[in-house]
Amino acid sequence: MLAAILSLTALGLTLGLGLGYTARVFAVEGNSLVSELADMMPGTNCGQCGLAGCGAAAEAVAGGTVPATVCPGGGVALAQAIAAKLGITLSLEGMEDKGPMVAEVAEDICIGCGKCMKHCATDAIVGAAKQIHGVLHEACTGCGGCMEDCPTGAIVLRPLPVTLRDWNWTKPALAA
Amino acid sequence: MNTSLSSVLPAVAASPHAQAQGSISSVMAKVMLALAPATLCGFWFFGLPALSLWVVTVGAAVVGEATCLRLMNKPVTSTLCDGSAVLTGWLLAMSLPPWAPWWIGVLGGLFATVIGKQIFGGVGQNLFNPAMIARVALLVSFPVQMTAWVMPMTGAHAPGLLDALQVTFGGGAIPDAISSASLLGHAKSELSRGVDLLHVFASGLPTSFSGERPGSMGETAVLLIAAGGVALMLMRVITWHIPLAMLAALAIPAAIAHGINPARYLDAGTHVLSGAAMLGAFFIATDYVSSPTSRAGQIVFGIGCGFLTWVIRTYGGYPEGVAFAVLLMNALTPAIDRLVKPRVYGRDLKGQPLVLKTGGK
Amino acid sequence: MGLLELLNGARWGVHPHDDHKRPAADVPLRVMPLPKRLCVPLLQHVGAPAKPCVAVGERVLRGELIARAQGNVSAPVHAPSSGIVTAIGEVTAPHPSGLPFAAITIELDGKDEGLPTAESVDPFGLEPAEVSQRIADAGIVGLGGATFPSAPKAQLGRKLAVQTLVINGGECEPYLSSDDSIMRERAGEVIDGVRILMHATGAAEALVGIEDNKPEAIVAMRKAAEPFAAIKVRPVPARYPMGSDRQLVQVLTGKEVPSGARTASIGVLVNNVSTCAAIHRAVRTGEPLYRRIVTVNGGAVAQPGNVFVPIGTLIEDLLAFVGLKETPARLVMGGPMMGAALPHAQVPTVKGCGGILALTAAEITVADPSPCIRCGSCVKACPMGLVPLEMVARIHAGDYEGADKLAIDDCLACGCCAYVCPSHIPLVQSFSHAKGEIWKRAQQKKRNEFTKGLAQARTERLEREARERAEAAAKRKAARAAQTAAATGSQETSA
Repeated sequence: MLAAILSLTALGLTLGLGLGYTARVFAVEGNSLVSELADMMPGTNCGQCGLAGCGAAAEAVAGGTVPATVCPGGGVALAQAIAAKLGITLSLEGMEDKGPMVAEVAEDICIGCGKCMKHCATDAIVGAAKQIHGVLHEACTGCGGCMEDCPTGAIVLRPLPVTLRDWNWTKPALAA
Repeated sequence: MNTSLSSVLPAVAASPHAQAQGSISSVMAKVMLALAPATLCGFWFFGLPALSLWVVTVGAAVVGEATCLRLMNKPVTSTLCDGSAVLTGWLLAMSLPPWAPWWIGVLGGLFATVIGKQIFGGVGQNLFNPAMIARVALLVSFPVQMTAWVMPMTGAHAPGLLDALQVTFGGGAIPDAISSASLLGHAKSELSRGVDLLHVFASGLPTSFSGERPGSMGETAVLLIAAGGVALMLMRVITWHIPLAMLAALAIPAAIAHGINPARYLDAGTHVLSGAAMLGAFFIATDYVSSPTSRAGQIVFGIGCGFLTWVIRTYGGYPEGVAFAVLLMNALTPAIDRLVKPRVYGRDLKGQPLVLKTGGK
Repeated sequence: MGLLELLNGARWGVHPHDDHKRPAADVPLRVMPLPKRLCVPLLQHVGAPAKPCVAVGERVLRGELIARAQGNVSAPVHAPSSGIVTAIGEVTAPHPSGLPFAAITIELDGKDEGLPTAESVDPFGLEPAEVSQRIADAGIVGLGGATFPSAPKAQLGRKLAVQTLVINGGECEPYLSSDDSIMRERAGEVIDGVRILMHATGAAEALVGIEDNKPEAIVAMRKAAEPFAAIKVRPVPARYPMGSDRQLVQVLTGKEVPSGARTASIGVLVNNVSTCAAIHRAVRTGEPLYRRIVTVNGGAVAQPGNVFVPIGTLIEDLLAFVGLKETPARLVMGGPMMGAALPHAQVPTVKGCGGILALTAAEITVADPSPCIRCGSCVKACPMGLVPLEMVARIHAGDYEGADKLAIDDCLACGCCAYVCPSHIPLVQSFSHAKGEIWKRAQQKKRNEFTKGLAQARTERLEREARERAEAAAKRKAARAAQTAAATGSQETSA
């Protein structure tokens, strides 16, 4: 009887101490999830998700109020990364993987009003008023915000052309 | 020529554009080839009952596999043709008492492929060796049938076809005259009665290199099993790491303990030549799926198998421990694979890039 | 050792039982007649593409510079024969993607007029920097396939004071024998190139590693190297991938190159034998790199062998020269282990192309993949000590980070694992895909940081503008107030 009580007490104590120790050593500080998610977002605060910037979007995703596919600029890649981070299964409905997209200004329709330039969060559209605008591929996040402001519908999103540098092999199918 | 060239070439094909001859089925075929002489010898020793049990066991393993594949809508014929189900049933049959009743073979064969393999996801996915998991399941469920050994009988004493079918399918008890205990079983039971080994084997150990002693087919033709193992090494199917490590880790503690107290501990030779040690070392523990992949990991695995076998045989409740030892080490295989990785070229054992020696100039 | 090897198997690599090198390797070297047209690509090396310095319609002579190097790591391109530049634009790259890249197309006039031959110089009378300059001007890049520009490499070697040159005559890929051919037929040029490189880098010794399946090359090279004590010809076991610099350096010097570092960091510089021969010609006679030996081999080729080919020759012209027995099932640039499958035959040869294979369906038949049985063949074959079966499982599950942690960036893509795999799992393609994916994600991250910076700059700018506007408005207001006050004051005074 005594041996049983003692051994169970010892067991409880050891496990309790172990749990307490690990709780201290592996403690997670603050809500790092939101900041980690915010780091993954494009960070341009383009507002295309309908939320007040990337920070707000990260909070909403972490809180579960919006799906992982919230960010149009980040595309499928970001959605997958977020889903992996949150450990959720991803529904890619309504999201086509077209790869990275960039805006393109159709020269013959553009009237040079300059509204798109004012809207662009990353200053990716260059050109002066009354002149045709060009889009810097490196700076464009493909958020599509400029399209809404264009009075003539001269802006379309196009997939970034694939070059020898960024062409990649497809993932081969393995046996089941 | 231009048009024909551009039309026949496939759009994308990754390197390499050459491949060695080899397939899963050829690997399995080589193992079966290496196992065949010992099996034939077993049929010779134990007669037609052994053959019919072998047929039943292999058949059950194949039926089990086919049923699972059908239920899971996987290709049946092509998967069966890889030979892994046949080999599983074969290895199980090698470890059964040769005169065991038919339902032992059927239950074992089905258990091996259905529970031991297909439930895990089929070939390549099982954590444990399917043949050994079936053997252990049979041993703990039907201890009487699984320890009913017979003396080898050749020639005139061997049962005829009808008698043989009666042994396997009739369900009668084996006559006392030919039933016998295996060496390890005998030693264990005598020890537990308090008789020391010096008295038990006063007239010499009944180990024999020709294999004429009671036991499973894999136990008796021990030299042919070893020869098959060496053939597997020469055919580059297995390497020496697991067998050598396992036999050494079985023999060394046995030799030490026997040297200290011969009355209590069996000698190294008996350990290595008895039970499924040889079959286990060359054919069971070397199973690709359930053993580690790196050379160093295989040595760790082999040592574990051998040492655990000795511990179980010496201190455990069962006279034979190879199956348990292999299963226990199977469970450790993922951990071994994780911890014992080959060193990457240009990196240290922890995976960090090597540090350049400075001050060379 | 022999017994251990028998029981243990080789420590790494594979030993294809039939290397298919002969009879092609034994056929005397042939010179290809000039084709009608050459497409000379601008990017035939690691680094920045060359910039064209000729215009469409211009006539160029053999050896004339047609595109200049751009930046530190780059190489110029020269016209392989005389003719008219008819286009500067895109042609299909010798790459499985079939994507285009920039090239200069020259319609040859067949006269093969060259620039006036320069006087031959004594390289040992030149400063090492001048030797490097001549190597750079000749557009020489690593001809073993890696195509790293040779001049910056030599300069790096000099800067790091390398002691040993390892000359790579491994040529471990099956089917290929272009290096073998140059060692057999031009051993003197190779050895002279080695001496020039030693002079340019300041290395004290040179080790020429040649696989022991090329006895004729070993004999020829030993004879050529005899007068020079610092150059040692060392036969090495024929085992793929012996021609990989890391493996060859380890076998010859016993040293191991740290992960992520170049061989120069351990005092060794690796150069290919064909590169050495090209360096000899470039430095001694000023001949730029505009042609090379290409092995044309494979079951579909009627007369396999080694051919001197002008760079920019279309594969279809080359195949027409050697003849085809049957329609090939696959065209490969390079060897069967690491070569690139070509989308069609209208792609140009490049400086790094040591072989063109026209393989029959029987040669490339690969069974459909079956499940991994964890046999560990790939682990034993991997020359880098990686665990391919674990990596492919991670990749298949989409866990690229996990594959990265298993050191996938150390993978050479040598193909040993896929070669030995009894389950025919497309390991190399999986690894290439994963490497591309990891690279893409890193790029995306960089891009994100860049656009984030842009967005921040914009926000700051907008704030500043708003502030300035506010300040300006306030100032105007104040000025107006002062004006009004002054006006009222004056009114008051006047009143």
